[in-house]
Amino acid sequence: LKSTLEGARRPRGEGPLRLALPRGALFEAALDTLDAAGIDTAGPRGDSRALIFDTPELTLVTMRPSDVPTYVEAGSADVGITGKDVLLEQRDRAVYELLDLGFGACRMVLAGRLGDASLGESERRLGAMRIATKYPRTAERYFESTGRQAEVIEVKGSVELAPLVGLADGIIDLVDTGRTLAENDLEVREEIAQCTARLVANRVAHKLRAAEVDSLAERLRAATSR
Amino acid sequence: VTHPIPPGTRDVLPDEMRELRRLQSALAETFASRGYGEVATPTIEYYEVLARGDERGAPVAYRFFDERGELLAMRSDMTIPIARVVSSRFTGAELPLRFFYIGTAYRAVRPQRGQMREFMQVGVELIGAEAPDGTAEVVEVLVAALDAAGLSRAVIGLGDADLYRQLLAEIGVGDEARTTVLDRLATHDLVGLRGEIAALGEIGDAERETLLRLPNMRGGEEILAQAHELGGAAVERATSRLTATYEACAARGVAERVQLDLGLLRDLGYYTGAILEVYDPALGHVLGGGGRYDELMGRFGAPLPAAGFGLYIERMHIAQAEEERIGGRS
Repeated sequence: LKSTLEGARRPRGEGPLRLALPRGALFEAALDTLDAAGIDTAGPRGDSRALIFDTPELTLVTMRPSDVPTYVEAGSADVGITGKDVLLEQRDRAVYELLDLGFGACRMVLAGRLGDASLGESERRLGAMRIATKYPRTAERYFESTGRQAEVIEVKGSVELAPLVGLADGIIDLVDTGRTLAENDLEVREEIAQCTARLVANRVAHKLRAAEVDSLAERLRAATSR
Repeated sequence: VTHPIPPGTRDVLPDEMRELRRLQSALAETFASRGYGEVATPTIEYYEVLARGDERGAPVAYRFFDERGELLAMRSDMTIPIARVVSSRFTGAELPLRFFYIGTAYRAVRPQRGQMREFMQVGVELIGAEAPDGTAEVVEVLVAALDAAGLSRAVIGLGDADLYRQLLAEIGVGDEARTTVLDRLATHDLVGLRGEIAALGEIGDAERETLLRLPNMRGGEEILAQAHELGGAAVERATSRLTATYEACAARGVAERVQLDLGLLRDLGYYTGAILEVYDPALGHVLGGGGRYDELMGRFGAPLPAAGFGLYIERMHIAQAEEERIGGRS
């Protein structure tokens, strides 16, 4: 196992498939799944600062989860692992969504202040709710599809802060255990989507490297259904 | 002082323009030598004409009114304008008609390299030639165009636009569910597709299995035998259409450039029967596509079988540069 730049320098379409791996919340579970599928993950598990790791079967490219669709759509990675929340937010990225990997299960929810009616009140009396979120496009689409008016405010940091200090009436965010919500006196009002990790593939790689993509998907399917 | 231009548009400067012109002339020469004549149509059309061509509504990016209050639109592809030309100007002409074009079209996409809102398309339309031989001629011209551009590693995906739609109808899936399922397939969401298929309560296990397996069936001739084993009238019809097209391609010596793909679905609403998509290993984006549109001419009052393809010139140029870079290394 090497952590050289060999896999990066190789021209597109040659050598092992390039897999975009999400650093962050999904990282450990993604590596465990690769292990279970018999792929060596010692490289990315080590404390190396490298971003790219060559294994005999795959070149592993590590990045932010929200960058995965960008790299895969462009074909700079042939396949990738990322959350459904990222795919929902970046629906205009044309990638194949091949497999539900099952891990990283979370809910995309609309939450408001505990026991506080201001969400509905704002809509009724002021014409629109103010909603803070890191997922502005998902939020816009959700309110549009449910026939409601909302002002969507994009924030980059802790979304829970916004309703506490009056920036917004509520939030749309990804919730795992719900602890952060509870600690900030927020409660789930509506569930928008169930999100898990997904295997995605580049449109051209899905065609021109069909056998390799299918075999990887099959191994990961077997590994996650154990 | 810099002055902005609208998002998704760009200026082309001499170094790039020289290479683009070289590519365009190579392609124009290839088409002309095969009996295709060049046509040009206005970049603006009445919106009604574009919408007539695509029942789901043409994916136009720019619409506006002229001085008489007529709704106009920038064309979103070249096939619909050429269908209009043929129905208006070529009634009673000797068939088939062979046209090629090089022109700009406009779509509301997220701008990135090789995908602008104003883009240059080059392609051919073969009007009045039936499947399978008309389709095979189009594939042959496409292969010649790719070779003329130096993209000899490019592969042509060949699928069937009616297969999945007809299969769903045949096993009695209602309109609404059918639209949802086709949308999942068109947006390449195979996880969502599995979910929708699982939710179709009333269908049998064998049919469910067929619906699940088709989108991943792509490869060489062996795909036809595998599809045959799946059974069902819709699959059988599509398989025999594909077999005929594949054999016609083989007769013209271009079958080895074709990848059969039962999961293929184009995002334009006028395709019927054979559909095409073009891939090059040096580029992550699709180079172009096409197929048969046997019903489009009828919507303009001149029912004629027809097929064609369109290639994105800028993407071909990027692929050329990549292929050169790879070639230079080895």
